[in-house]
Amino acid sequence: MTAAVAVRDLHKRFGTLEVLRGVSLEAAEGEVISIIGASGSGKSTLLRCIPLLEVPDSGEIEIGGEAIRLRHRNGHAEPADRGQVNRIRSTLGFVFQSFNLWAHMTVLQNVIEAPVHVQKRPRAEAVAEAEAILEKVGLADKRDSYPAHLSGGQQQRTAIARALAMRPRALLFDEPTSALDPELVGEVLRVIRGLAEEGRTMLIVTHEMAFAAEVSNRAIFLDAGRIGEQGPPGQIFADPVTERCRAFVMRHLNR
Amino acid sequence: MHPLFLADTMVKLLAGVPLTLELTFISVGLGACLAVLLAVLRASVAIGAWLVRLYVFALRGTPLLLQIFLIYYGLGQFAFVRHGLLWPFLRQPFWCAILALTLNTAAYGSEIIRGGLQSVPPGAIEAARVSGMSGILLYRRIILPLAIRQALPAYGNELVAMVKATSLASIVTLMEISGIAYAIISETYRALEVFICAGALYLLINFLLSRAVAALEAWLTPHLRRAGA
Repeated sequence: MTAAVAVRDLHKRFGTLEVLRGVSLEAAEGEVISIIGASGSGKSTLLRCIPLLEVPDSGEIEIGGEAIRLRHRNGHAEPADRGQVNRIRSTLGFVFQSFNLWAHMTVLQNVIEAPVHVQKRPRAEAVAEAEAILEKVGLADKRDSYPAHLSGGQQQRTAIARALAMRPRALLFDEPTSALDPELVGEVLRVIRGLAEEGRTMLIVTHEMAFAAEVSNRAIFLDAGRIGEQGPPGQIFADPVTERCRAFVMRHLNR
Repeated sequence: MHPLFLADTMVKLLAGVPLTLELTFISVGLGACLAVLLAVLRASVAIGAWLVRLYVFALRGTPLLLQIFLIYYGLGQFAFVRHGLLWPFLRQPFWCAILALTLNTAAYGSEIIRGGLQSVPPGAIEAARVSGMSGILLYRRIILPLAIRQALPAYGNELVAMVKATSLASIVTLMEISGIAYAIISETYRALEVFICAGALYLLINFLLSRAVAALEAWLTPHLRRAGA
């Protein structure tokens, strides 16, 4: 079976800093993978490489079996075909730490923007689907509000709705609760947990260890740009093999 | 100051208001389109940025009056202009004034739009890119709507400045408010009353335009108002 998302031997450096040093991973359809690691370990960069928000210096990225074509010019990697990148991006859902909603649009307009203008779906259909999604994330009554008038938790749930409206093959979460007040974290995690239960393919970069242990099928511990350890969450969070993973998990569980 | 004379002058000056407004709206309208193009060009390619900077440097650094003269008296000196397709326009003082005002306001406008473009949050652009937007679609749906909303208050200033700048068009025989005012003064030698009337008209126009811009701003930026307001 083709993996929903696969990356092979990704390398990425920023200047002299080598952030990714050969990371490979495959997410099967319906798999929920949590990616943990200290800050600077490369987990956000890894996630951002998948929709090419960062272009890896080398390595391969495949979405649903289709490899993103990259080429090298003047020592820089770049997409060989921007059209392909746009098309593949529109089959993924990406949720940012800082929401990144479009401030000039209402909640509903944020959610239907890409379906209507990128995927060219009929507006009425996109609106109907967006309303169903907003219902699911608990924001049906906020459809005509602007992001500035919402709490952080509501903004992040809007961003999740926006990602879902793309009918994504996989959902990518980049520290979705790190910018939230502690009392707002729960509502966002509840939505993500619901999505995991629907059997969606998800990659979640997170510092919420208990949550990661509970929702994911597999956990990956990134350490200095390499996969330090991976396995079922029961192993990674309760009984890690490597000393570095053990130290990291202990530090975070005790907080 | 005779009230009857003031009233009579006011009526005569009112006849110039349509021309003043035409000059303003046509040049600010065309100039704004050009300004967006210049600002986008400046933000995208290196050679474009260099050319736009040169353009802004030249147009902002020289008097508008001089630019009007150059276009009105200067263009006709070139045979290719006289025999060109645009000559039916460029031989008319009205279109010369429009051209000068447009090129001038575009230089200021492009700087205002540039500030707006720089204020667009990178995260909003990144979110658009990751949903598959790029190029013109990205500009049309995300970047420009956010940039223009940000630039609107400053552009309101530019509009007001342009209303006043149209008074220079009287130099090339256009009978807008100031042109009519000069004509009345040369007949009556009553400069004070006539200029007070003309000033009052400009004030009134600018008051109304400022209110219109403020209304447009409120309509375009409901997200900046407080919830429920």
